[in-house]
Amino acid sequence: MAMIEIENLSKTFQLHTQGSARIDVMRDLSLRVEAGECVALTGRSGAGKSTLMRMIYGNYLAAGGSLRIAGTDVVTASPHDILRLRRETMGYVSQFLRVIPRVPTIDVVAEPLLALGTPTAAARDRAAYLLTRLNLPERLWRLSPTTFSGGEQQRVNIARGFAHEYPVLLLDEPTASLDPVNRAVVLDLISAARHRGAAIVGIFHDAEARAQVCTREVDLTAFVPGRAV
Amino acid sequence: MTDYNFAYLDEQTKRMIRRALLKALAIPGYQVPFASREMPMPYGWGTGGVQVTASVLTPEDRLKVIDQGADDTTNAVSIRKFFEKTAQVATTTRTTEATVIQTRHRIPETPLGEDQILVYQVPIPEPLRFLEPRETETRRMHALEEYGLMHVKLYEDIARHGAIATAYAYPVKVAGRYVMDPSPIPKFDNPKLSDCPAIQLFGAGREQRIYALPPYTDVVSLDFEDHPFEASKAPHACALCGSGDSYLDEIVTDDAGGRMFLCSDTDYCESRHERGAA
Amino acid sequence: MTPLLSVKTLRKTYGAHVGCTDVSFDLFPGEVMGIVGESGSGKTTLLNCLAGHLTPDRGQVIFDTRADGPRDVLAMSEPERRMLGRTDWAFVHQHARDGLRMNVSAGGNVGERLMAVGARHYGAIRAQAADWLGRVEIDAGRIDDRPTTFSGGMQQRLQIARNLVTQPRLVFMDEPTGGLDVSVQARLLDLLRGLVRDLGLSAIVVTHDLAVVRLLAHRLMVMKDGRVVETGLTDQVLDDPQHPYTQLLVSSVLQV
Repeated sequence: MAMIEIENLSKTFQLHTQGSARIDVMRDLSLRVEAGECVALTGRSGAGKSTLMRMIYGNYLAAGGSLRIAGTDVVTASPHDILRLRRETMGYVSQFLRVIPRVPTIDVVAEPLLALGTPTAAARDRAAYLLTRLNLPERLWRLSPTTFSGGEQQRVNIARGFAHEYPVLLLDEPTASLDPVNRAVVLDLISAARHRGAAIVGIFHDAEARAQVCTREVDLTAFVPGRAV
Repeated sequence: MTDYNFAYLDEQTKRMIRRALLKALAIPGYQVPFASREMPMPYGWGTGGVQVTASVLTPEDRLKVIDQGADDTTNAVSIRKFFEKTAQVATTTRTTEATVIQTRHRIPETPLGEDQILVYQVPIPEPLRFLEPRETETRRMHALEEYGLMHVKLYEDIARHGAIATAYAYPVKVAGRYVMDPSPIPKFDNPKLSDCPAIQLFGAGREQRIYALPPYTDVVSLDFEDHPFEASKAPHACALCGSGDSYLDEIVTDDAGGRMFLCSDTDYCESRHERGAA
Repeated sequence: MTPLLSVKTLRKTYGAHVGCTDVSFDLFPGEVMGIVGESGSGKTTLLNCLAGHLTPDRGQVIFDTRADGPRDVLAMSEPERRMLGRTDWAFVHQHARDGLRMNVSAGGNVGERLMAVGARHYGAIRAQAADWLGRVEIDAGRIDDRPTTFSGGMQQRLQIARNLVTQPRLVFMDEPTGGLDVSVQARLLDLLRGLVRDLGLSAIVVTHDLAVVRLLAHRLMVMKDGRVVETGLTDQVLDDPQHPYTQLLVSSVLQV
């Protein structure tokens, strides 16, 4: 079953504050990702890998085309429906951790489960399990991750993204700043998610990781239009 | 013959006040605005009560004036003299003989009858004033019957003192509708407000408000289920008449801690004394 | 799903000056909507129209009442609207002192709404007040202290407890973190986010602080000169703004 169905997707940025420059960054992109697939987006810098991930997540608006996640077209869906998708269906591990200062790490990780109505104790148990697997020392769990190192923040981000077993997972450089041990843990988590039937789209600059977890690669360079100003 | 119109006020003013009184009687507990006049006495000395009294007096009336229950204190004496001079009405200190009683801070101990009018002097007619200073807002709260705030005041009392410490001007709900300040009478007197055969009129001169309780009106003192209203008094008997159920004043008799408790209602005390002596 | 609040073509003018106009949106249960814009953009006027503090010139504000389902709040009688204001609605003012009774104890402040809807058992009222002080992280030992003795952040949390004690379903907030220290802001935001999630509250938050809406609001409405110029998911509007004004607003934020 196709969890992600993208047809003729295009994206344009219009920069009103900079002389109304119009930048076409994507044209006629089509892509299907089935449950149990892990697709790596490739292409040179500026090919639109992050842009596509953000469009799938509803973070960027499409200029045209359709983008169905588990049957819901994100391009035309109401904010209300996209919020439901994000809560129940679609998880996103970005490269940056954006949280309220002072919220303890364990609660940051548990939050996606709490938002789904999971009892606090159960949500914290799951969070503790993931943080343990990712080798984040327990003494850090009660602290806010805002002061953590890059690698620690990345692991918090990953734990948060894997707290709920989303049917669709978007991973932006999930292994970028990790040591070999934790990198292996994350790759295990990704493989496990794929085997339980998640449809995964990711950006992996790490070729070995890509080879290990991905079932397919898609080069986005083909969908970049000639830049017109 | 006197140089004054009967009872000092001109007839047009009395008419205006009577209209306010009729409206107040028609809407028990509701504060009716009226155009209070300058009176030949300072605010705070009963200008509201005096204007109400002047408007209800007839030449046949017999007037009694009390201040804190006593007929012989300065305020009571001067108001009584004022009406003796301007209306030439009969006066009395006997509660049972009076047809109109003007009072400051007390309800007589002797039960009132249907042929009597009790006029209260009121300093601050708005019971919500101390919690909500905006008059526009308190009027709306009365109009919409939003009285939660009144209980906040009682809540604060209990939180601070362990019991409802409000001992006078204790708020009441009138006929199941308006919350009313009964003027600074001790809460001991609150039960007497309810189901009273006499007409009760309240006048606030400085604040320009009149309100009223028609005879036999249901008046309930506000309280909490777990902190019910109690009409309290000093736990003594009167040192003069021996009454155990009248409201008492504490009199300090020397500078060595000596004190005695006497009925605050002087007429009640004297009547008992006379009867006891007779 | 029935929207909790449905606003249709709302307009409010001050003489020739337009406060806000052509405002329409739906708010669903559990959603937090942010309204951003510069001072004078009409966001506070809009909030006050929604909350019944101002009477709009035209439009509808339809609220899904518990008893009778969707009803136009503007067509309600004043007693009904005020009853809504102290039961199902709450309003958190920017300045806590506008939303608190400064001469009444913390417990009395929280208990007022309970007493306003008929609670008459002192012990029960006090127990609920203590429970709510705990939820907003105010030490129960402060229950008899007046808000004048509280810090700004505590006052704001007390205001929130006072508002939420009757379990409202819709909360209006006017710059709830304005004027607070940054560290206090974070704590308050966390508290609000937790309450919104745990109680299933819906909220409309007016602010000029884009960081606040990013953390608190699911959806965002951008206002300029009394009109809504852009709406959408909060992160989408902030990360991929479409309207020239929104782009200017987003690009003007200083990076830390």
